[in-house]
Amino acid sequence: MKKMKLVMVGNGMAGVRTLEELIKLEPDMYDMTVFGSEPYPNYNRIMLSPVLAGEQGIQDIILNDLDWYQENNITLHLNKKVVRIDRSKKIVYAEDGTEAEYDRLLLATGSNPFILPVPGKDLGGVISYRDIQDTNAMIAAAEKYKHAVVIGGGLLGLEAANGLALRGMDVTVVHIMPWLMERQLDQSAAKMLQKSLEAKGLKFMLEAQTQELLGDAQGRVQAIRFKDGSEIPAELLVMAVGIRPNTTLAESAGIHCNRGIVVNDTMQTYDPSIYSVGECVSHRGIAYGLVAPLFEQAKVCANHLARMGIARYQGSVMSTKLKVTGIDLFSAGDFTGNDATDEILMHDAVGGVYKKLVIQADKLIGAVMYGDTKDGSWYFQMIREGKNISEIRDHLMFGQSHLGDIGHQGQTSAAAMPDTMEVCGCNGVCKGTIVKAIKEKGLFTVDDVRKHTKASSSCGSCTGLVEQLLASTVGGAYTPALNATKPMCGCTGLTHEQVRQAITEQKLISIPQVQQTLHWSSPNGCASCRPALNFYVLCAHPRVAQDDPQSRFINERAHANIQKDGTYSVIPRMFGGVTTAKDLRRIADVADKYNIPTVKVTGGQRIDLLGVKKEDLPKVWADLDMPSGHAYAKALRTVKTCVGSEWCRFGVQDSTQMGIDLEQALWKMYAPHKVKIAVSGCPRNCAESGIKDVGIIGVDSGWEMYVGGNGGIKTVVTQFLVKVKTHDEVMEYAAAFLQLYREEARYLDRTVHYIERVGLDYVKQRVVEDAANRRALYDRLMFTLQDEKDPWKKENVNAREFETLSI
Amino acid sequence: MDTWHKVSTVEDIPRLGARVITTTQGDIALFRTADDEVFALRDKCPHKGGPLSQGIVFGKKVACPLHNWNISLEDGNAIAPDVGCAKSYPVKIKDGAVYLTLA
Repeated sequence: MKKMKLVMVGNGMAGVRTLEELIKLEPDMYDMTVFGSEPYPNYNRIMLSPVLAGEQGIQDIILNDLDWYQENNITLHLNKKVVRIDRSKKIVYAEDGTEAEYDRLLLATGSNPFILPVPGKDLGGVISYRDIQDTNAMIAAAEKYKHAVVIGGGLLGLEAANGLALRGMDVTVVHIMPWLMERQLDQSAAKMLQKSLEAKGLKFMLEAQTQELLGDAQGRVQAIRFKDGSEIPAELLVMAVGIRPNTTLAESAGIHCNRGIVVNDTMQTYDPSIYSVGECVSHRGIAYGLVAPLFEQAKVCANHLARMGIARYQGSVMSTKLKVTGIDLFSAGDFTGNDATDEILMHDAVGGVYKKLVIQADKLIGAVMYGDTKDGSWYFQMIREGKNISEIRDHLMFGQSHLGDIGHQGQTSAAAMPDTMEVCGCNGVCKGTIVKAIKEKGLFTVDDVRKHTKASSSCGSCTGLVEQLLASTVGGAYTPALNATKPMCGCTGLTHEQVRQAITEQKLISIPQVQQTLHWSSPNGCASCRPALNFYVLCAHPRVAQDDPQSRFINERAHANIQKDGTYSVIPRMFGGVTTAKDLRRIADVADKYNIPTVKVTGGQRIDLLGVKKEDLPKVWADLDMPSGHAYAKALRTVKTCVGSEWCRFGVQDSTQMGIDLEQALWKMYAPHKVKIAVSGCPRNCAESGIKDVGIIGVDSGWEMYVGGNGGIKTVVTQFLVKVKTHDEVMEYAAAFLQLYREEARYLDRTVHYIERVGLDYVKQRVVEDAANRRALYDRLMFTLQDEKDPWKKENVNAREFETLSI
Repeated sequence: MDTWHKVSTVEDIPRLGARVITTTQGDIALFRTADDEVFALRDKCPHKGGPLSQGIVFGKKVACPLHNWNISLEDGNAIAPDVGCAKSYPVKIKDGAVYLTLA
């Protein structure tokens, strides 16, 4: 079949991103041709400010070099401006006569800066701030002249002013409105911003109306005169008063435009062969000027160009960050508010911190933050997802404190960290390394940063810091991934919830069946989705679905925990942490017989044999003659107990027996992640129930049950679930809660993450208030566990897994 | 001439899994894909030496069990942006038997 021809007019970020997305989906569908009016390949326009500020060179901000176009067989016409489209013949013509036929045309013509229609606007030294040429003109002017005036106190104007000031110019920002960045900030935040910028040496003239620009004899700008007759010197004048979608070409071809090229939710214009993305577009009456929404458009457009026809662009909520070093500012959504909204406000003028949250009908709809923006991403995510915040309203203002307490010296503000300070303690990545990679490699998401620098790719405790670095480096271009709609992995566009629902409803009982039915894009998945799918089918169809060992992580295949040198650790089960002299003697004998180098007591009250060779594992298990401790699995690990009323003079309940009974009932339970339980016999809580997935505390009148604790990366204290009277009730509630978690959590989410997502009220509804449902959950878990085998028992061991071949 | 050693049958390697062969040159991992192709790589991840044989096999790649580097089974190269290479050995299959040469 002959390939179709795709022509793109405009060689900017939104357009090229569309091609990249298209190449990912259908690399061979089109012959592609690109026309760019600038002499450069696609570069990172958001990074012009660092170039101006002298923090980077132009070469550093190229996103797609010429080789990229060549490797993807894209014909590239640089420095050629397309001036005519013949829609009946489907040909575009460039100024110099170059022409190209198309089957599909993509208009990505971007925007033009708005130039104030004042006398003198055509003088030399009057420029806008849009592209590399403008940036170069500003850099050159800064070397020769002293006085610069920037008209426009918006995002771009302030970044330009800051850059020029850093290059030694005396800069005045002229703004017509009563405060700076009025579209992104309220007055209080804007005043604080102005104060900090003034401290950096910038001058401001607010509510100032420009009358005309005055030139010298050579026709270069010399001064600016205002409506009130006053003048100030201006040897460089930068107009940053806004942008207008560039629709000249589209309009000349008769394509419907209305403050932008009008497109539908598939990014198609009124001509069905012509699509459009980027700043030139008007979607549902809005023209977007920040890069994050434009990337969303690119993804949708590529989907339709690839004829998949399933994506829709439905508009974006935008957030803003100012890329001026040392200034932390964030805003998103509707922060002005109205009669129907409430505000939560915090204002510390001396400390330089201002936060305002705007709430409507229990949902966060807008946020402005100055000075402390570490929770910006969190708020932004809630705004976009429209999450009900009534449950967390009382501590909403204090943020998520999701940054973890460890691994980065307690730092919670990325801006305050020096470049040499370690952000990711697992992989030893410093702030400077991350910022450099973001700038030079053109990274826009946390996943990009993970891939390129390894930061936040292990334990994830520094994700919040990495998000901050992204936000402060690329500004509004950074959009945190929407948690609710995040696809499972690169093999599918479906979320965990959608996949689980399909597995249950369509009775999918094997991984290949799921992958086929749900149109997985890879033949047999990846290392991230396969273990999840294996758990999902087993959980939805217990005793029907077959386990697939090859889709389990090695630990669950070898039933031991792999160590850095490829040996394994073996932890036998000791129910409730109680052992006997006989068991201990046998453990000692095994350690001697197999020369086990390290024997260690674990945090979960068990004994760990470290350094066992893989081929010895089945023999070690047989000699131990104890059940598997599952200390390697996404499963119930341990039930930790204190001695309780049997011995302790303070104990009011028999916590040891309770723990043993819980562990006897629940061991062999696989789960989305590891599960830890503890039972304490009195509120002194020696078993540390407050940081377990299920924490139980005996009181004189019964048992208090807590859920969702975590003692790991991010220490989270459990939340109170229910108080019960009897031993049997503890068993039923604990099992029901864990079954709910098993059925609904995403694979690799601990109970804390699950509860954070669905809310504790929901969990209480399902487990505490609805007795029939609690019973049903309990029964389903018991049914599942009935058939589970001890993987260490000789008859359950797959010998081939442990035998090596040789030459 | 290279010496071809008969090391296993295709059936003896789990599909989407691996077996370890101990040799004088150190351990070699023998992988079998979903389409019954067989590949051999040195059983040592170029990152921190993790045993690749213990990883999850998908497509023509294996994910190292230690830090999840993805390694191409065809040539042993790490998938970008990671950089590194595990030595790859020639394999041939005849009548269901797997032959390997240490060249």
